[in-house]
Amino acid sequence: MRRAWGLGRFRRRYGASPLHLAGHLVVFAIAAFAIDRIASGAGLAKLIVLYAGLVIAHDLIFLPAYSGLDRAARAALARLPAPQSARVPVINHVRAPALISGLLLIIYAPLISGKADAGYLQASGHHLEGYLRNWLMISVVLFLGSGLIYAVRVRRAVVNARV
Amino acid sequence: MTSFLGVLLVPAITVIALTGFISHWAYHPELAGNATIAPGFDIPVLFQFPQSWPSWDYAATQGTHITLGLMTVPLVLAKLWSVIPKLFKWPTVRNLAGMLERLSLLLLVGSVLVEFLTGIFAIEDYSPLGVNFYPVHYYGAWVFGTVFVLHACLKFPVVRRAYRERGALKPLRAGLRETQPEPPGSSELAPVNPADPTISRRGLLAMVGGASLTIFAVQAGQSIGGPFRRLAPMAPRGREFGTGPNDFQVNHTAASAQITPAMTGARWRVTVVGATSVALSRQRLLAMAQATETLTISCTEGWSTTQRWTGVRLVDLARLVGASPGAILRAVSLETVGVNSQASLAAEQWSDQRALLALRVNGAELSPDHGYPARVIVPGAPGLHNTKWVRELRFEAA
Ligand code: HEM
Repeated sequence: MRRAWGLGRFRRRYGASPLHLAGHLVVFAIAAFAIDRIASGAGLAKLIVLYAGLVIAHDLIFLPAYSGLDRAARAALARLPAPQSARVPVINHVRAPALISGLLLIIYAPLISGKADAGYLQASGHHLEGYLRNWLMISVVLFLGSGLIYAVRVRRAVVNARV
Repeated sequence: MTSFLGVLLVPAITVIALTGFISHWAYHPELAGNATIAPGFDIPVLFQFPQSWPSWDYAATQGTHITLGLMTVPLVLAKLWSVIPKLFKWPTVRNLAGMLERLSLLLLVGSVLVEFLTGIFAIEDYSPLGVNFYPVHYYGAWVFGTVFVLHACLKFPVVRRAYRERGALKPLRAGLRETQPEPPGSSELAPVNPADPTISRRGLLAMVGGASLTIFAVQAGQSIGGPFRRLAPMAPRGREFGTGPNDFQVNHTAASAQITPAMTGARWRVTVVGATSVALSRQRLLAMAQATETLTISCTEGWSTTQRWTGVRLVDLARLVGASPGAILRAVSLETVGVNSQASLAAEQWSDQRALLALRVNGAELSPDHGYPARVIVPGAPGLHNTKWVRELRFEAA
């Protein structure tokens, strides 16, 4: 009984089970070691810049940016005169290709923008070429494909409405 | 939603982490000069490919690492998006446990972004901060791996409860018209004042899945190789530069390694050292028994290419200098700095009958970029251990 009481008090004081605390301590110990190793190789300042920069870039710039774009797109679409097809919402047929195309842009940014050219030349013996063009073409295909699916869905909705 | 994304992430991250560590161990970091991480600060080698496995084993695991890694990017971003309300809620830390948990979440988000970013930059030959890839990506994997396990354990009860209450797949089957936001107050992430849904959960999953499949389609060809290479329009190494025998991809050029024609001309010799030692000219090598093998170069950056190589078997060179069977082979390049300047091969690697000191490829002389006058080619080793521009082969007692 004494032990159960002790556990209860630990829980109340700490807010979770001892296992929770142990798990976090192990993880923090490993992280501290790893960060120290990286820091001795790469320079602590750079590392902090990298970590903090990434978290901030994602949470405060990147995420608001795409939510904002999405809101703007929805507002623009809402202003369009609603056609008979309104029962098939168009927004996701814009969102999907835009999202995939945007993702490809992020992942392959160093190739598309040509930023990686120096390293790429040293490695492969060739300049970066054609990535911008390929990305644009893939994006066009994605938007066309999505539009085609939309057209099929509208057509189906119209036919079903008639039946 | 966030539960389901989490459940999808567990197997994906597991495979990515395992293939990453397999790559680390495939370097044989226990042999002299191979380690990319200071050996005193590393965990022991837990797995190495048996030499009897097909020569594309490393190509398969490393191709999986980077292709699955890229395919997981949409999943990770969707996951971050699904928990975003938390990030904008000012932390109300009630107790020490809550504080530790928030700290671990910061590590989780930071390290996942670092892992993906350093990985992506590496495969695109882009190093903006001049940061050495290996320690950041490797120790970053320690941080991310352990924090991820902790997070999965902590959230397991939450996922189980969500599934008990709402059903594992039922919310995912609903079309847009049936889609209900999570009821307010039902979980930390449930919206307080939800807008009308504009996308169903299954719609969102379809988008994420579509993104992953698109990435696979535009990327995977560089790892599968053959005719698929040309079908990978965004892959960093998804192309061939012609139809000549030497027109396949290289990992680093003779120019970048500062190899000059004078170094590889008539005066070039390869010194082979065992019980005895001998300096061999290219003519002498060509006069020895020649073997031809079809072997894969598997770059650690995830692309691979399979070619027909011709040259002298390493076992024949070992016999020539009376090397002991258990020796380690250290191959030294004319290239003087960096990870490509030398590599140590384990006894089972150089004793493989297919392992060559290659002089020719696809029936032609090696080109300067592919390692002329001679390069090592070993089945199943990470690409950079196929040392180019070899100047010394030293069989050393283990
Ligand atoms: C888009 C995602 C990723 C890409 C493109 C990527 C790319 C790479 C590349 C190019 C290597 C070099 C192989 C080598 O030289 O050994 C590597 C190694 C490795 N990766 Fe990743 N990676 C990604 C995600 C991850 C993640 C999420 C983990 C975390 C568990 C991870 C863990 C590792 C490990 C442990 C190594 C071995 C490093 C070493 O050899 O020292 N990777 N990765």
